[in-house]
Amino acid sequence: MTRQPEVLAPDALHHVSFTVNGAAYEIDVPARRLLSDALRHDIGLTGTHVGCEHGVCGACTVLVDGRPMRACLLLAVSVQGASLTTVEGLTESGDRLGPVQQAFKECHGLQCGFCTPGFLTTITAGLRDNPDPTEEEAREMVAGNLCRCTGYQNIVKSVLRAAEIGREGGTAEAGGGEA
Amino acid sequence: MKPAPFSYVRPSTLDEALAVLAADPHAKVLAGGQSLVPLLSMRLAQPSTLVDINGLPELAYVRTDKDGVRIGALARHADVEADVDAWRAQPLLRQALRLVAHPTIRNRGTTLGSVVHADAAAEMPAVVSLLGGTVLVASVDGRRTIDAADLFAGPLESTLATKEVALELQVPALGARTGSAIDEVTRRHGDYALCGVAALVSVSEKGAIETVRASYLSVSLTPLVLDLSEAFADGTASEANLDAAVEIATAGVDPETDIHATADYRRHLAGVLTRRVVRDAYARAVAPDPEGAR
Repeated sequence: MTRQPEVLAPDALHHVSFTVNGAAYEIDVPARRLLSDALRHDIGLTGTHVGCEHGVCGACTVLVDGRPMRACLLLAVSVQGASLTTVEGLTESGDRLGPVQQAFKECHGLQCGFCTPGFLTTITAGLRDNPDPTEEEAREMVAGNLCRCTGYQNIVKSVLRAAEIGREGGTAEAGGGEA
Repeated sequence: MKPAPFSYVRPSTLDEALAVLAADPHAKVLAGGQSLVPLLSMRLAQPSTLVDINGLPELAYVRTDKDGVRIGALARHADVEADVDAWRAQPLLRQALRLVAHPTIRNRGTTLGSVVHADAAAEMPAVVSLLGGTVLVASVDGRRTIDAADLFAGPLESTLATKEVALELQVPALGARTGSAIDEVTRRHGDYALCGVAALVSVSEKGAIETVRASYLSVSLTPLVLDLSEAFADGTASEANLDAAVEIATAGVDPETDIHATADYRRHLAGVLTRRVVRDAYARAVAPDPEGAR
């Protein structure tokens, strides 16, 4: 019979390494630490917002190896070795806004701003898959994110405007952060 | 919200994972975690140990041959949904996966995990039941396959033993002259369905309906499959026959009232959706071109 791997006590700390926005991090966290909390408390990147904490609101969405995922539905230990992009990683060099951020600014895509980080990461990945969405596709793209202020109309406009900025060139590659 | 403390192991071989599961009856397997992590955070589940299989990338596959589609335990919904071969072989997979939560959830959640999570309000258990799929499971004692008909014991309860891990979902290819369809009604886009129905319709070479089967979600404690064939005795999809099928469906489901919908409303939806998906599946079964059938 196979050797059973060592099972640490529930309160033991696990050594986890991953990259966030291109920078390498190593943290020691208990197994139950959610990725959303690890980003905010252990790493100090508070741009990722925590809303419902059970996967419904989308505010904590980050890119894991380029794909949008809910940080509150991931254990930090489970993303060992992954390449993460948070909202902080969407800014272009010289603190210039990325195309999605620029579009949100131009189209008033935010009011209180609490949900915005999740929208920005989701749309960044969405436009990478579909750089020229129809309005309906733009709506579908943000359907998994809740906003209590805007009524969504200006967010949909922002998606379409971000696609336009991307097509105008220059800033289309924003927000990747990983190879 | 914080999960209660648990031990965590990330095995690098399947045998290691099986050894931990055999040693600890309160251990739980973590794959995508899109259902499990909320249960942990809300402390509805408090396993002693989580066995994270994300360190077993050999389980991340979607393989298609003439018999059907085989989906490994780490294949994400998004991978299965995007797989063109899988779609050609069994279009109901993609049709149904598009209704599973939101793309962000489908990027992490696994199709097999959704099946063995055994939620009768979820799409994949209903689809696997309708298609007659099987699940390959492993433990330290060996491997076995479980037919979908024997897989669902109750709400959120599958017939996997605590020492077992689900390795592979096997789904048969769509039969000749057969069409599939699925639809559901939700309060909000991407929510759990108030009611959902998937259907398979098979026709003869002359286009006459031979068999009609439908699977229901959110209207029973475990996935419910009904044979509606008797409503189509004359082989046509006439309104009278669809009426008869709706009658079988509404009599056959056993929904419950909750804060989202009354039992009567869910039963009504089961009828409305039965008519809709049987009509769509029939149109695909008789479609002249293979793409139209999908």
